[in-house]
Amino acid sequence: MTQPNNYGFGEEAALLKESARKFFREHLPTDRLHALVASDPTPGREPTCQWDEALWAQLVELGWTMLAVPEEAGGVGMPVAAVAGLVEEVGRAAFPCPLLATLNATYVLVACGEAGALGLADIAAGKAATLALTDRHGSWDPAATEVVYRDGGLHGTAWFVQDAGKCERLLVCASTDAGYGLFWVDANATGVTAEADGIVDLTRDQAHIVFDGAPGVEVSNNALSALHHAMPAIWTLLAADMVGAGEWQLQTTVEYVTTRKQFDRPLGFFQAIKHPLVEVMVQIDEAKSLVYNAACACDSEPGKAAQYAHMAKASASDMAAYASSRSVQSHGGIGFTWECYVHLYFKRQKHSQVLWGDGAWHRARLADIVIGTAA
Amino acid sequence: MSEASARKDTPAQAEFRAYCRDWLAANKPGEPPVRLPQTPLEIMTTEQLGYLQAWQKAAYEAGLVGCDYPEAVGGGGRKDCQRVANEEMLAARTPFFPNVIGLGMAAPTVFYHAREEVKAELLPRLFSGEDIWCQGFSEPGAGSDLASVQTFAEKRDDKWVINGHKVWTSLAHFAEWMIILLRTDKSHKYDGLSYFVVPIRAALGKGVTVRPLIKITGETGFNEVIFDNLEVDDRYRLDELGKGWQVAMTTLLHERGAGELQTPRSGGMKNRSSHNITTSAVIDLARQTRRGDGTAADDPLLRDKLMRQLIREEGLRQNQRRSRVQALLDHPMRLPLQNKLLASEIAQSIAALAVEVEGMASSLYMGDSNAPAGGQWPLSYMNSYGMTIAAGTSEVQRNILGERVLGLPKSK
Repeated sequence: MTQPNNYGFGEEAALLKESARKFFREHLPTDRLHALVASDPTPGREPTCQWDEALWAQLVELGWTMLAVPEEAGGVGMPVAAVAGLVEEVGRAAFPCPLLATLNATYVLVACGEAGALGLADIAAGKAATLALTDRHGSWDPAATEVVYRDGGLHGTAWFVQDAGKCERLLVCASTDAGYGLFWVDANATGVTAEADGIVDLTRDQAHIVFDGAPGVEVSNNALSALHHAMPAIWTLLAADMVGAGEWQLQTTVEYVTTRKQFDRPLGFFQAIKHPLVEVMVQIDEAKSLVYNAACACDSEPGKAAQYAHMAKASASDMAAYASSRSVQSHGGIGFTWECYVHLYFKRQKHSQVLWGDGAWHRARLADIVIGTAA
Repeated sequence: MSEASARKDTPAQAEFRAYCRDWLAANKPGEPPVRLPQTPLEIMTTEQLGYLQAWQKAAYEAGLVGCDYPEAVGGGGRKDCQRVANEEMLAARTPFFPNVIGLGMAAPTVFYHAREEVKAELLPRLFSGEDIWCQGFSEPGAGSDLASVQTFAEKRDDKWVINGHKVWTSLAHFAEWMIILLRTDKSHKYDGLSYFVVPIRAALGKGVTVRPLIKITGETGFNEVIFDNLEVDDRYRLDELGKGWQVAMTTLLHERGAGELQTPRSGGMKNRSSHNITTSAVIDLARQTRRGDGTAADDPLLRDKLMRQLIREEGLRQNQRRSRVQALLDHPMRLPLQNKLLASEIAQSIAALAVEVEGMASSLYMGDSNAPAGGQWPLSYMNSYGMTIAAGTSEVQRNILGERVLGLPKSK
């Protein structure tokens, strides 16, 4: 299969992206976001889940959480390229919600085949879900899971679980007698204890989840294969979020350096400011183009999906680091304060950079595909 | 690339594509009789030029050059078909065209700004490559600050008399014609500029002197051109007097790949003497280069650098693809204006990486029998500075992007 020239990003996708942008701009402009998530600057504060549940309910009502659920499972079955457009807008708004977590669980469930239908039905019914598969060292290899399934229950701890405080379902990777399985778990079941992590990012929450004999329905007995199929879409969508956030960082910083004057000139007059911001734009565009290429590969060139998704996430991780650094630095003294909004995106990007593999990790995997494993 | 694009063709494009494919299958030129340079800008001998001119003329006569220009000026009268011809020529790995400045810069400028009879006079021989063109913009005192050119045209009766000094003039030693930015009024910087086309070959020794400049690579190919009372007819003025800067913008936009008209492009021919500046070529080089107990392709740091390059290269390709998807664009010039900056800087970093992969052997230059790849990589690396300096340095490109796309205040 080959890719369509326009990434399969058709009229419907364009409409979705546009309406998402409008929705977030209307309902959660940055000043409201700041009031919502940054009311308490104290380091070491009690971790809490800071989000607008009513707004999330509207988003579920709009059907955006089931866009990736196939039609036969009760969803919309939109292509990854279209979903990427939506997620780019989520990133631009730094919207605190479990949409990405739910999409990630969706793609893994789809890769589980028929047994995944159970979980997909929950998602189509509006339930938010998240993946629980990381070990305490934050390994990006799902086979490193510490959770074990034995005697009909899950045991052990899953670390770095994204937006766990906002989700009702968990998709847990656990080692079994037969290898690795994926289990669909009710987050409120007995034997499941979520311990919220104190994290830098104010627009997400994260937890480590302790399983003590918790029940779970096995939706795949070959977890690694299902994850292998789903990871390209997961990497790509996270990169799309980072592209949207990067664009906010760029535009906000451009606006600041156009109005702020020093030495009788707007800061943006000086090439020491101007050229780095152009470089931020160049890096955003590279990441964005690679995101839609990878998304389109997930839809219509699956053999190339991993290769292109590694490119997209590596590019987005490096871009996010640079865009974040320039956004704070170019704002000068005010950029170093809590009251200036740039820290919200700086922190979200910092989190995204390392989530599901940083740039170097993705380049190493890409090299294994393109060059072959090193001798 | 050509397969993927083919599926989006209009019926007229599809028919034309099939025609191009058939014609190229039957008429693609054979191996060149002489070693070709890496790009048209380093053509040094008449043997090299003759082989390449014959190819361009054949391609023009077959309708693969100037397809989107009207028939009245020697074009093919088609719509959005040059892209199709380019894709097919690239896929067929044809030699490059020698008249690159003519096709890429002079043709669109003449087309948009010259009088009708001048278009009909000049464009057919430009397309066929019979007339080679060069560009007279830079001067010893006017580089990045192009609008400060001093070469002066003075009106005497119905003629213009030109005096001054142009530099970095690629292909001037073969050129019949030059596009030239001249000062016609010393009291206004921008509005004192006018744009002409001038026949330089006919005036060699009679008002025009062309002297070769030698590049850091040791190659020639570009020149300085001295004007001493060259007389030019007024009909060779493009657009109005004092509008030279606006006309020059048409040239620069097309030179940087951001113009309205697609430039006819041919290339991709591989032979013993030319190589492609791509990451995949450097990966091959790394596989063949001994490092410790293994090869350079096993070294984790080099693998990381190779993948960085591969990602940038794919990013540029995808930018070009995305620039045609309206719903994924923010500002119409945002991607087109990045083209020149990215293409030149990526080529430079690919060549730099190749030299790093070669290690000690990168000290061996062309002509040394032990030099890997015939010493082409050090040559490419040095030549790459031509690309990041010419046609507006990378620094000037970043100013343009910052000002025109991001809306930042002008740095002057």
